[in-house]
Amino acid sequence: MLTVPKPGLFTTVQDEGRIGYRAYGMPIAGVMDHFAYTIANILAENEPGAAVLEMTLLGGTFFFDTDAYVAVCGADMQGKLNGRRIHAWSSFHVPSKSELIFGYALKGCRSYLAIAGGINIMPVLGSRSTYTRAAIGGYKGRALQSGDELMIGKEVKIPEKEKVLSYRFFPHYGNEVFLRVILGPQDDFFTDAGIATFFNSIYTVTRRNDRMGYMLEGPVIQHTHTADIVSDAICPGAVQVPGNRMPIVMMADCQTTGGYPKIGTVIGPDLNKLAQAKPGDKVRFVQCSVSEAVTIVKTEQERFAEFTAKLSLLKGKNRQGN
Amino acid sequence: MANVRMLNAGERGLVVEFGSVIDAVINDQVHRLAKILIEEMKETVLEVVPTYRSLFVYFNPLITDRQFLIERITDRLSTMKTNSLTESPSRVVTIPVCYGGEFGPDIEFVAQHNKISVHGVIEIHTSAPYLVYMLGFTPGFPYLGGMSERIATPRLDKPRVKIPAGSVGIGGNQTGIYPIDSPGGWQLIGRTPLRAFDPSAANPFLFAAGDYLQFKSIDTEEYRETAGQVEVGRYAPIINNYAQRSS
Repeated sequence: MLTVPKPGLFTTVQDEGRIGYRAYGMPIAGVMDHFAYTIANILAENEPGAAVLEMTLLGGTFFFDTDAYVAVCGADMQGKLNGRRIHAWSSFHVPSKSELIFGYALKGCRSYLAIAGGINIMPVLGSRSTYTRAAIGGYKGRALQSGDELMIGKEVKIPEKEKVLSYRFFPHYGNEVFLRVILGPQDDFFTDAGIATFFNSIYTVTRRNDRMGYMLEGPVIQHTHTADIVSDAICPGAVQVPGNRMPIVMMADCQTTGGYPKIGTVIGPDLNKLAQAKPGDKVRFVQCSVSEAVTIVKTEQERFAEFTAKLSLLKGKNRQGN
Repeated sequence: MANVRMLNAGERGLVVEFGSVIDAVINDQVHRLAKILIEEMKETVLEVVPTYRSLFVYFNPLITDRQFLIERITDRLSTMKTNSLTESPSRVVTIPVCYGGEFGPDIEFVAQHNKISVHGVIEIHTSAPYLVYMLGFTPGFPYLGGMSERIATPRLDKPRVKIPAGSVGIGGNQTGIYPIDSPGGWQLIGRTPLRAFDPSAANPFLFAAGDYLQFKSIDTEEYRETAGQVEVGRYAPIINNYAQRSS
């Protein structure tokens, strides 16, 4: 079990999301940064899709009353295990009666704490993800609070070794992100000049950003005639441009339908980068074709496979050594 | 279907757009295609989201080629009848509502605004089934069509911060149910003891896009009784088939 003396700013239980209920108006929720999440579960030797803790800007403090093995990936929240600084993008043994403390995110915005064995929480509609607006999933449908107690999912054999992600896989969180975008579905609601502005300008992340969407600020994007459409479906990554002509990038908790035209959709692997952006960070949109996007998704999958294979190879070696 | 457009929505999304307006015939085509894809293309299509006028299709681009998917859908569309509403029956879900009083604090305003009696508002609101064009906004929130203009009422100037789950309201010429506690600006005319969204139930959603809702007036006593049955999971919703859709 682990207890939560300090929850951090906004820490929630998340997994891959609640897939299959969007026709009923249920957002998928799930982790904001699927890259950091996937690596964390690989490092923790969890099955894909295991629930983790997602910390935002300011991490929490966790007290473990049992032996555990955890991975920490994503934003650098200055994590310390019993006072000793932990490595970025690593997994390690947490002895019983240990304290894992996180602080403010030096780089990036969201950090993932994966616990080997997962988190013991009943799934709601097939997912352990917290969707706070409907108060469902995760820990009592809400962000963690001081005094909460989390049970580890299943007992696992604790690996002894610390593992670190190969440096060449490390994403680098700067103050500027490039987001590749596939035009549509409503790019015909924008003038050529509007689309040119969108792709040639620098936008700034505003304070109005959360798990639902990132509101950006910058040069206005011109509509052809109206900023209203008869509502249709929206997905994470969709870039809505409402009447104020400023882009909003929809994120994991985004509602399933909306009435603003969408100039384009940020590709999945790049949405992970935006999830690590903070207010004041700069955003540039780059046009991308469907086939380019598919290649990028494929490359990302191959990297995960490569990294998983490398780790299991290491494990094999260790076993032989024993 | 000549007017159907295939639009890109990211690398894993395809929007099949049937039109750009709110129209029962267009919406029926959306639901028919949704049904076909769910039944016949399970291996290819991960999830579909029907809306007023389009169907959002999610697929895995590493398994399914977009062009292949478009061709398969185009094939299906060519065999779908175009201009008539479907002949297969739809579900009609009865929604008991306790109108007025503490549950419907705005019903008198709706009556005054339309220069009719409170009784008249209830009579008109329960007079015909409403088509669920789509669900969205919050889990289980129905976008309904077909409310009479005779009870249309503008939204509140200042939206309420918290509207209790089950509240039934009118906003402009639309009506609907708030399935969960949420902020909102509609005029509240009553409340249903049923749960449009209950994550712990075997069927978490009381109705789906493409169904019809028939409101029925109940008194406070019946409200309490039904709420009690719902609470212990003993309430069986009244669901009928509705075959006469074409007008």
